This record gives sequence, structure tokens and C-alpha cells, in this order.
Amino acid sequence: MKNGLHHRRRNLKSNFAYALCALATITALIPLILILAYVVFQGAGALNIDFFTQLPKPVGETGGGMGNAIIGSLMLIGIASVVGLPLGILAGTFLAEYRSPRLSWTVRLLADILSGVPSIIIGVFVYTLLVLTMKRFSALAGGVALAILMLPTVARTTEEMLRMVPDSLREASLALGISRWRTIVSIVIKTAGGGIMTGVMLALARIAGETAPLLFTALNSRTWPTGLDKPVASLPVQIYTYAIAPYADWHQQAWAGSLVLVLIVLILSVGSKLYFGRKMRRVR
Amino acid sequence: MPENISEPRSMRKRIAAVTTVGRGHLGDSLFELLVFMAALTIVLLMALLVYKLYQTAEPSISRFGWGFLTSEEWDPVNDVYGAKPFIYGTIVSSLLALLMAIPLSLGIAIYLSQFAPRWLRSPLGFVVELLAAIPSVVYGLWGIFVLAPFLGKTIEPFFADHFPGVPLFAGPIYGVGLFSAAVVLAIMILPTISAISRESMLNVSSEQKEAAQALGATPWETVRMAVLPLARPGIIGAVILGLGRALGETMAVTMLIGNRPEISASIFAPAYTIASVIANEFAEVTAGLHQAALVELALILLAITLLLNLLARLLVQKTGSRAAKTKSRRA
Amino acid sequence: MGGSINTTGLSALYGGVTAVEDINIEIPANQITALIGPSGCGKSTFLRCLNRMHELVPGARCSGKVIWDGKDIYAPEVDATEIRRGIGMVFQKPNPFPLMSIADNVSAGLRLAGMKRNKALMNETVERSLKMAALWDEVKNKLDKPGGSLSGGQQQRLCIARALAVEPDIILMDEPCSALDPASTQKIEDTMDKLKEKFTIVIVTHNMQQAARVSDFTGFLLTRETGEPGRLIEFGSTSKIFTMPDHKETENYITGRFG
Repeated sequence: MKNGLHHRRRNLKSNFAYALCALATITALIPLILILAYVVFQGAGALNIDFFTQLPKPVGETGGGMGNAIIGSLMLIGIASVVGLPLGILAGTFLAEYRSPRLSWTVRLLADILSGVPSIIIGVFVYTLLVLTMKRFSALAGGVALAILMLPTVARTTEEMLRMVPDSLREASLALGISRWRTIVSIVIKTAGGGIMTGVMLALARIAGETAPLLFTALNSRTWPTGLDKPVASLPVQIYTYAIAPYADWHQQAWAGSLVLVLIVLILSVGSKLYFGRKMRRVR
Repeated sequence: MPENISEPRSMRKRIAAVTTVGRGHLGDSLFELLVFMAALTIVLLMALLVYKLYQTAEPSISRFGWGFLTSEEWDPVNDVYGAKPFIYGTIVSSLLALLMAIPLSLGIAIYLSQFAPRWLRSPLGFVVELLAAIPSVVYGLWGIFVLAPFLGKTIEPFFADHFPGVPLFAGPIYGVGLFSAAVVLAIMILPTISAISRESMLNVSSEQKEAAQALGATPWETVRMAVLPLARPGIIGAVILGLGRALGETMAVTMLIGNRPEISASIFAPAYTIASVIANEFAEVTAGLHQAALVELALILLAITLLLNLLARLLVQKTGSRAAKTKSRRA
Repeated sequence: MGGSINTTGLSALYGGVTAVEDINIEIPANQITALIGPSGCGKSTFLRCLNRMHELVPGARCSGKVIWDGKDIYAPEVDATEIRRGIGMVFQKPNPFPLMSIADNVSAGLRLAGMKRNKALMNETVERSLKMAALWDEVKNKLDKPGGSLSGGQQQRLCIARALAVEPDIILMDEPCSALDPASTQKIEDTMDKLKEKFTIVIVTHNMQQAARVSDFTGFLLTRETGEPGRLIEFGSTSKIFTMPDHKETENYITGRFG
């Protein structure tokens, strides 16, 4: 019967489409598994105590480690946090708690635009701003570049989380005779704290893996960090330097560095999602 | 009357006694100023960014004018610079990546939002998102030692052998080149496009789907008739956002594209992107035409990504996607 | 005097729309005053003018005078935050701070005004306030549990305790029992009766029976026609309002002919 054929063909088409989509999903998982597998297996082999504690050896010598790069990365993340977190959280507070239609719209627009600027261009910008004026590459410049990368994300996340705090809490606080700023800080921000922390951790996870903006701000170094105004090694830049070099020993260390980097990023990303789930459930 | 009872007012007097800076107007005004300045910083940063880049690129802009965009010469020794190979490499690698990423991303988005069993959707979506968490430099490392050799030994020779004479696949095969860079870019933008598309599809009201199902539509027909058309603006926005990210991608591309400032017809040939040449050359330049030319390249890239970003926002707003606002760029 | 509050020509606006107009009322100290009237007549709006909460809505403002403790709370040099310490409010839907413990909720008004240091005073205030709100016995063994873990009626009493801790002169209650079950409502009504020894209470309620049960004085508000602002039709002792009102409209409302 004509109807029956039609139906069979349509069902066939539907099942075929289903299979294609499922296949697409599996295909996407393949590179993920491959990358993680290579990072784990290649990297684990080269991980040892030396890796975490030693400085890179001069060209030609084997051994050594990325101790300075790990410390350097922590340092850069620290600087970025000190500069970027207060700015971002305060800006987000402005967007959520204060009414200023034109400025708010402009800030939101520019924050979104800023978050779409390629990170290497941010690096060039900070170069012209800090490296040229200070006449040197520095950890400070690297940290500032990372802070600028973090800023829009932290601000928008803070705004979103603050908006989720019900107005009834603000009312309750104000009705008690608690001043506006105290209400915002001690009631609203504190209540949204879990969500804000998640946004912060996700932002940190992203800048932990950033390489391009550091290439000509913090540059690189073969020694332990010596100061805010000196170049500093970082894990991503070190991985890059070793990966494109011709020495097999360095390639091994690049894999090891990748393993450490991926672990840091994953712990921050996944950890924040779990933290979020726990904290935000209590506000409902 | 309570006049003779001193108690009720005593607590308030005590509070008033300890409240100093926090007291009413002063604390509120200071705080308001603080957050206002923080918000203003974002505005100032963007303005400063554009200004500083333009200022540094100015020597190159005035020297080469519009010819900068069409010249293919990149000669630091003789101080002659042109943007064409880099613009070509940037755009072609990104478009190629899109070509590969779009069907896969859509398939994933459809599967995760319409077909997959409910218990699987969240965990699977999470796993796809993991792709976005991997740093660019790790992609590059894996690309150099795993992907490029693989492509160079299997896929690329396959096309070259089976399509002889086609300029698209002609020329020596190194493994690194436009194609390899495009493949890794495709993997990197996959999570972006699929996540935003998926959210657009989820935003389609279930009534539409139910209407189609009530007519006896198969699952695929339901998707095709009820979901995709309504999610289309969001999907297009997702694609544009993915394109924007591909254009600005630096590390993985630099490690895989071959870094040769030449335009050739073959997609297996080495090429160069704007982000890559800046990454490779900027750290060593001193003030001068070379540096200005590199910054002018940065301005061009900035302009392209800015335009795309704005375009995507307009489209994504139509389907109210929140994921789009959090997906931005990588290194 | 300290616990009474009077308004002269008070009007409240949202942008260009007048919600209540020309309210002249003298609310006596240490009494319970109920404000009744049909939905939408502006009772809650008027109430919020008494502790300067109305102006927190963008575009909203009040005109006229509100005299408390000898001064007009709307005078330009007056700090609204201080007013709200002297005139507290309990809301329709209980709103304890969810991430704070019960004890911290009660002492929030003190701590966030900067009184952190004196722990003994805090504990004593918490106990005293919870006792006045008739909640002490039920929570004394779980003072560190989060405020959101209590039942609806308990949460509302917690909010009352929180308002009491700051020791205001006047407590405004905006339909405090409308979201609660009858048993909790009863508990709160009993509490109100004891509270008036120390505080002045103004309660907005759409429940006439509650007003008759609980209050000493009653004010009746009404919008005479749709689009008109609400006005105070009549004000007097509860017994008079409910048995021999002066105005026909009051009588109609009381006897249930509308609203």
C-alpha cells in the first residue's frame, strides 16, 4: 500500500538521521579521548619530583623540570586575581544593583565586546601600555593581560548571580535600617557568593591555560621568578617553547606540562560546577 | 506613654554610637562611587585599547595605506609589509574549520537536545564541553605530534592520490599546513557552536514539537519542521560566534599552520594567520615599521572579530541564548 | 511622642500615577492599629510611606508630612536608613536571610550596623527577641540552623523577632499572616497582643475578622472609583468602626456588601 511504503521510508529516514546525529556526537568524542589519552600517557611518563622542583636545564642537557613555570603561572594568576577580581565583582555589582540605563547598557555591550577580542590582541595592547612604558617585560604586564581577559566574564557572572537574589531579601535588610551599601555587601553579595565563586573559578580556569597574551608581556624565563617587574616563566608558554623545539627530551616535558595544566584546568572547572550546585541549592 | 521608659530607644542609641563610616549617606555614596568607577574602567579599557593600537600602528598605516591589504610582501629585512597572505590564511583556515565543524556541531546539538535519552543528555553535554576546557597550547602540542603526522600520512595523501591534478590538493605534503590547522580549529570550535545551537533548540517551545508530533511526524521530521526553523537565528549566531573564535585562535594554529607567508591554491600547503605571525614575531621587534605593521595586522583582526561579534549578538538575541554570552575566545 | 506617628496630607505616587491621596491619620502609641480596605486601595503603599520604603521603587515618591518622634521623616536632612531603625517592618511573605543561622538572622540588624563585638549582648538580644516573638521554645536548641529551615509560620515569627531586636518604636506589618495557616496566624495574633506593651503596631490586613480580633484602632481606605487614588475614609476605635461607623462606605465594606 502506498501509505505503508511512505511510512516505512519516513521512518527509515528518521532512523538514519538519528544515527547520523549519534555518530556526530561520537565523532566529537574521539579527539577528546585521544587528546586526553596522549596527554595522560605521554605526560605521566615524564612526571617526577624533578619536574616540579627543578629549573629547566640548558640546551643540550637532559633532565631538569618546570618548577619555575608552575610557580610563575601561580604568580600570574595571583596578580590577575588581585587586579581583575575586585574590578570585575564591583563592576558586576554596579550593573545589578544600580540603575543607570545608558551607562549600564554601554558597559554590558563593551564587556561582551571585550570578551570577544582575541587574547593575543589583548597581549599587544598591554604591551603598548605597560611593556613600552616600563621598558621591560614583566610579570605585572602578564598578570594585567590575564586580568583584562577575566574582567568581562567575572563582571557578567557577578551581575547574573546578584540578579538571582530575590528582592525580598534586599527589602528585609533595608527595612531593618541597614544601609544600602551594607545590604549589598553583606546580604546580596554574600547570598550570591556561591555562584560568584563559580564564575570566578571558571574564569581562573580559562586564564590558567592562556598562552598568547603572555608571549610578549611576561615573556619567559629560565630562572625562578625574581620580581613583579621581571619576566616570568609560565606553564603554557614553557609548553609552547618546548613543543616547537627540536629536542625529544623537551617534547616529553611538554607533555608532562600539558598533563599538569589540563589537570589544573579540569579541577577548577569541574570543581566550580560542583561547588555551585551545592551552594545555590540552599538559596531556594 | 513610653516617654519615661528609656529602654526602647537605648538599642538604637547604641547602634548609632558604633556606626561611623557606614552611617547613611557617606558609606552609601562612597560605595556607589566605587562600583561606578569599576564599571567605567571597562569602558575606558575598550577605548584605550583601540586608541593605543591605532597609535602604535600609525606608522604602518600612513606608510602603506590601503595597499597594505592587497600586498603579498612580508619582508622585515627591507621593511616592506603586506597583509594579504595573513588575511587569506586567517579567513581560509577559519572557513575550512567551519565547514567541518558545522555538520558535526549540528548533529551533536540535535542529538543532545532531541534524540538522546534524557539521562544521557547532561553528562554527554558536559563531556563535549570538556573539549572547550582544554588549553589551546595543548591542542597545538597534540596537533604537532599526533594529528599532523596522521593527516600527513593518511588523509592528505588520500586526497592527493585520488584527485590528481586538482590544485586544491596539489603540492608537497608536510603534515603541517592550512588543512591541519583547520582540522584542529574545527575541534576547538565544536563545543561553542554545538552548545549555543543546542540551547537555541531547547528554547523552541514544546508546543511546536507537540503540534508536529500530533500530525504523525517522525522524530526527524519533527526536528526538521518544528525545531530547526525556529532555532535557525540562534544556530546562525552560534556559527558566527564559532567563526569569530576560530579567527582569533592563536597557539594551536601557530603550531600547525606551517608559518609561511604565501598564498597557494592547495589546502595542504603551509600558510600563515594574523594571530600566528604576531605570536611569532612580535616579541622580537623593536619600535619601527615592523612593529607598526604587526599592530596594524592586529587592528585588522580586531575589526573583523568585532563585526562578527556584533552580528552574532543581534542574531542570538532573537532566540534568547545565554550560553552565547559566556562563550568567548581562547588563546 | 515616641511611639505615635501622624501623617498630614500624605500622598504616594508611582511615577505619574497617584496611588493614595491626602491621608491624614494619627496612629496612637502602644496600640494596634489596623488598616483595612478592598484590594488595590493602597493600604500597603501607604504603609510603606511610613518607613520610607515606598521611595525605593524607581520613580516612586511621597508628598506630605509624616511626623514621628517630633520630626517629619521626609525632611531633607533626615537619613532614611535611621528612620527604618526606628520604624520596622514585617512583610507578607516571610523573608529570613536563607544563608544565616536563626541566631544570626535575629541579630542581623545589630551586627550589620556594626555592633559585632559584644557577644553577650548579641546572645541576650537574640533570646529576648525570640521570646517576645513566641519562637524561643521552638528553636532554642537549634539556633545555628539556617533560617530557611523553619516552617512558614516559624519563619514569619523569626522575621518578627529580627525586627524586634533593633528595638524600634513602631512595627509595621504588611499582611503578615496572609501566607500562613490558621494555627500560625493564631500564634502571631497572640504575639501581637503582648508586643503592644512595648511597641506601636500598624497592621495592614485584608482579613476583616482579623482586624476586629486584634486591633484597638482601625482605619478604612478605599478607592471610590477605578483610576482614583485611595483615600482614608474613616478612622476610629475598632469597636466603633465595626459596630457604628460614621460613613456608609465603611458600613458597606464591614457588612460585606463589596470587597
